[in-house]
Amino acid sequence: MTDAPLLKVRDISKFYGARIGCKNVSFDLWPGEVLAVVGESGSGKTTLLNCLATRLMPSSGAVEYRMRDGEMRELSRMSEAERRFLMRTDWGFVHQNPADGLRMAVSAGANVGERLMAVGERHYGNIRETAGNWLGRVEISVDRIDDQPRAFSGGMRQRLQIARNLVTSPRLIFMDEPTGGLDVSVQARLLDLLRGLVQDLGLSAIIVTHDLAVARLLSHRMMVMKDGVVIEQGLTDRVLDDPREAYTQLLVSSILQV
Amino acid sequence: MTPDVPTSAGLATYNFAYLDEQTKRMIRRAILKAIAIPGYQVPFASREMPMPYGWGTGGVQVTAAILGPKDVLKVIDQGADDTTNAVSIRAFFQKVANVAVTTKTREATIIQTRHRIPEEKLTAGQTLVYQVPIPEPLRFLEPRETETRKMHALEEYGLMHVKLYEDIAKNGHIATTYAYPVKVEGRYVMDPSPTPKFDNPKMHRSEALQLFGAGREKRIYAVPPYTEVVSLDFEDHPFEIQTFDKPCALCGAENVYLDEVVLDDKGGRMFVCSDTDHCEERCANGHRGHLAYNKEAAE
Repeated sequence: MTDAPLLKVRDISKFYGARIGCKNVSFDLWPGEVLAVVGESGSGKTTLLNCLATRLMPSSGAVEYRMRDGEMRELSRMSEAERRFLMRTDWGFVHQNPADGLRMAVSAGANVGERLMAVGERHYGNIRETAGNWLGRVEISVDRIDDQPRAFSGGMRQRLQIARNLVTSPRLIFMDEPTGGLDVSVQARLLDLLRGLVQDLGLSAIIVTHDLAVARLLSHRMMVMKDGVVIEQGLTDRVLDDPREAYTQLLVSSILQV
Repeated sequence: MTPDVPTSAGLATYNFAYLDEQTKRMIRRAILKAIAIPGYQVPFASREMPMPYGWGTGGVQVTAAILGPKDVLKVIDQGADDTTNAVSIRAFFQKVANVAVTTKTREATIIQTRHRIPEEKLTAGQTLVYQVPIPEPLRFLEPRETETRKMHALEEYGLMHVKLYEDIAKNGHIATTYAYPVKVEGRYVMDPSPTPKFDNPKMHRSEALQLFGAGREKRIYAVPPYTEVVSLDFEDHPFEIQTFDKPCALCGAENVYLDEVVLDDKGGRMFVCSDTDHCEERCANGHRGHLAYNKEAAE
């Protein structure tokens, strides 16, 4: 981790009319760091994530991102073309429901290759080879390259979505409940895979989850949200082993012990 | 006192070329804008025409807006001058504009077409008007119009290659044979209307003005003369046009687009020029294919 943050978030607030989405959230994210945002549903996690990923316009506050040339840019001041370019090259967004992040009617290979073609790759053989490699890395058999994601199981779809996002070697990945809706053994494999990829590629990630086990496994640092406000943040192990706020204590003690 | 209403002559007459002058001005403004931004789809207030959508209402409106009394009009449908759509539209403009009509490509100043570009090279001063069913090349990949317009605006055309990628993945080659997407003047990706990709190279740096009208979709776009029109492809799967094994059975022409005609119920077939004017002219000049009607033998 270098000394300059990758993402600087300052006092982000989002209001839906009089209702609070999230309020005055500030943090820094360093290269290679994985941050988990946890909280119960309705606590503003996803709103915060969407504000950071420019999928929503925050009502107030600023998000700065360090571009590849080292310059800090404020996202809301970038042109839409720049933002969209950033989203499909330097960033990734993994949706909870893979159908939102994949093109269900085109083959797995084209799903992975789309970002490459979007940045100007025009050699079919190369695109296909890269797509095949990535399918291998996310443990999808290469002979499924011409199948549509419709024919894939939930876990495979989620892994395909991850491959599709990582193919342009992004530096920052946003994940919204990446393991939601998957059964436990599939979850475990996906988490294993994600942990490996994050480590190998030196990715920074912001993961929104209500599952504290996911946060424990993947993240270095975590933020606990309640009613749109960050009530506690710190190193993941510290927060989970020694929660200070009453709500965090409740959250940690609510984990099912099997 | 009611003014005298002309009984026989006045009431049932149409304005020249059917559309009222305000509508023509509106369409001409859209055409001028389209010419100024080659390949860009300009919205226009498409009118109800006395024919159903899908029969060329867009092309007819464009033709009506640019038609003058001295123009010579040719209308083709799949290359032929004598099919229903072509005959009806030609008769329509004869009736409402009293313009000269022709089947000869060379003599026409305006050619309205459905699904073909004439074989004969078009020249400066001629205008080719295309009937377009679906002007948006990205439609089947991205159904949201708000999103496709944004993609055009930001020049995000990766998705177009996704379609070609799928073609190759499924068929081993680019299997799109008509409405093959092109990039106009290095900027906008455009649907050339459902012409066979055989005709795509004819659009490139054409001397004639090419106008596209989509009536139901309410869009007009244009390719001005001498404009770059490049068909999209991959480096290792370059764009190719269709080729035919045999020449035209009637006129013996090669390197033209052929239609398959079923001759009997025993599997008999022949391939003939889809451009009827081109075929007739070649026959008149003494070119003969292997199934050509032989006058001397018949006598």
